[in-house]
Amino acid sequence: MQITVDSDRCVGAGQCVLAAPAVFDQDEDGVVSLLTEHPAADQHTAVRLASSLCPSRSITVTVQQD
Amino acid sequence: MKSAEPSVVDFPLRRPGEAFPPPRYQDYRTREGLVVCHLPNGNRAWLVTRHEDVRAVLTNKKISSNPDYPGFPNISDTMGVPRQEQIPGWFVGLDSPEHDRFRKALIPEFTVRRVRELRPAIERTVDAQIDAMLAAGKTAGNTADLVADFALPVPSLVISTLLGVPPVDRDFFESRTRTLIAIRASTDQQRNEATKELLRYINRLVEIKVKWPGDDLISRLLATGTLAAQELPGVLMLLLIAGHETTANNIGLGVMTLLQNPQWIGDDRVVEETLRFHSVADLVSLRVAVEDVEISGQLVKAGEGIIPLVAAANHDADAFACPYQFDPARTERQHVAFGYGVHQCLGQNLVRVEMEIAYRRLFERIPDLELAVPVEELPFKYDGVLCGLHELPVRWSQRPSGAQQEEH
Repeated sequence: MQITVDSDRCVGAGQCVLAAPAVFDQDEDGVVSLLTEHPAADQHTAVRLASSLCPSRSITVTVQQD
Repeated sequence: MKSAEPSVVDFPLRRPGEAFPPPRYQDYRTREGLVVCHLPNGNRAWLVTRHEDVRAVLTNKKISSNPDYPGFPNISDTMGVPRQEQIPGWFVGLDSPEHDRFRKALIPEFTVRRVRELRPAIERTVDAQIDAMLAAGKTAGNTADLVADFALPVPSLVISTLLGVPPVDRDFFESRTRTLIAIRASTDQQRNEATKELLRYINRLVEIKVKWPGDDLISRLLATGTLAAQELPGVLMLLLIAGHETTANNIGLGVMTLLQNPQWIGDDRVVEETLRFHSVADLVSLRVAVEDVEISGQLVKAGEGIIPLVAAANHDADAFACPYQFDPARTERQHVAFGYGVHQCLGQNLVRVEMEIAYRRLFERIPDLELAVPVEELPFKYDGVLCGLHELPVRWSQRPSGAQQEEH
């Protein structure tokens, strides 16, 4: 799984931090910052939830096929 | 694209004695496309009721939040809410990119981390208000109106703390904000007067913070300089109004629901489910199309009003299993109680923490809290934009625990 975030679109709702605190954080401006682009498998469900909760649709999740 | 004439339905005003959300929302959700309603002022607007459609509307760039745009579904004139003059900084009515400058200036104040730092202050506020309610209740046979004595003051005091309102002014601040939202107890004139007084007060507060900055939101906004000083009163008024009655209604309705479902007392998941289940801001996210746009296969023309019904979306069975059941254990989290898109509630994480602490401390300290009237006699708000309770009469019998040590 690979995650990209669009910090220009981010409106700082913080839903990603609540859903997947091991993967997402907010910088001092309140904008999303990514702790890892390739989260461990046990984080995938939380990451998908974060992506679906994001009100500005700033989180893109892609799953690479090996 | 549908060409059939859509069905015309009544404006979704709540009716006395009717369940909320009203059964007719279920009917609208099952109809193809959208339904049309006549607003109290005679204009027409589209009602959007499915969860997916509501989220699509609230993220569509062809759809505006600007109430000055012709065709915007103005409902507040007829619903007892004071008409807000257009004041600089009232950014809820702006679209991107103008809106984004305000939002970005404010989000550092409402991050998950910042709200966590506010927890101790919120705990103190909640506990002090419980002390006051218990003390006042002693002379009334251990009874209180949980709305007036707890649910309304708590968010007002929290926002006072956040803004750096000096303690000496908090009673004034709280009484004016209460007048502003008391649909039954105050007249239009009183509400307009309260709005003016609050704006004057906030203007003075900004002037004071310019001269004597402190550790508060206003001082920090002034220091960063992203917003002009004359824009701050509008911004602060918005924070105050948006966060007061909404939060109070969630606290009151949540306590009512917990008293009916005591098996959930002490479970923090109640917060999220209360937000979804009660959907107090059903009629708050109003929009207008600025270009022709297709929603749910329906052509909505530029200049036509759109009303996404939050409570309808939050009870859509395609998004939530058994939506009419109060189930804090449910796994679906994607409710739109705080709206969606760039205008999604800025204070949502603060509200969550206020609700969580309010429920927890209330039931820890007054374990035998109970309704003082049957639940069917509780006065629901049928006459305002927001859903909630006008009053929540409660009583308790045992000596409450955790009160401050009395000196002997």
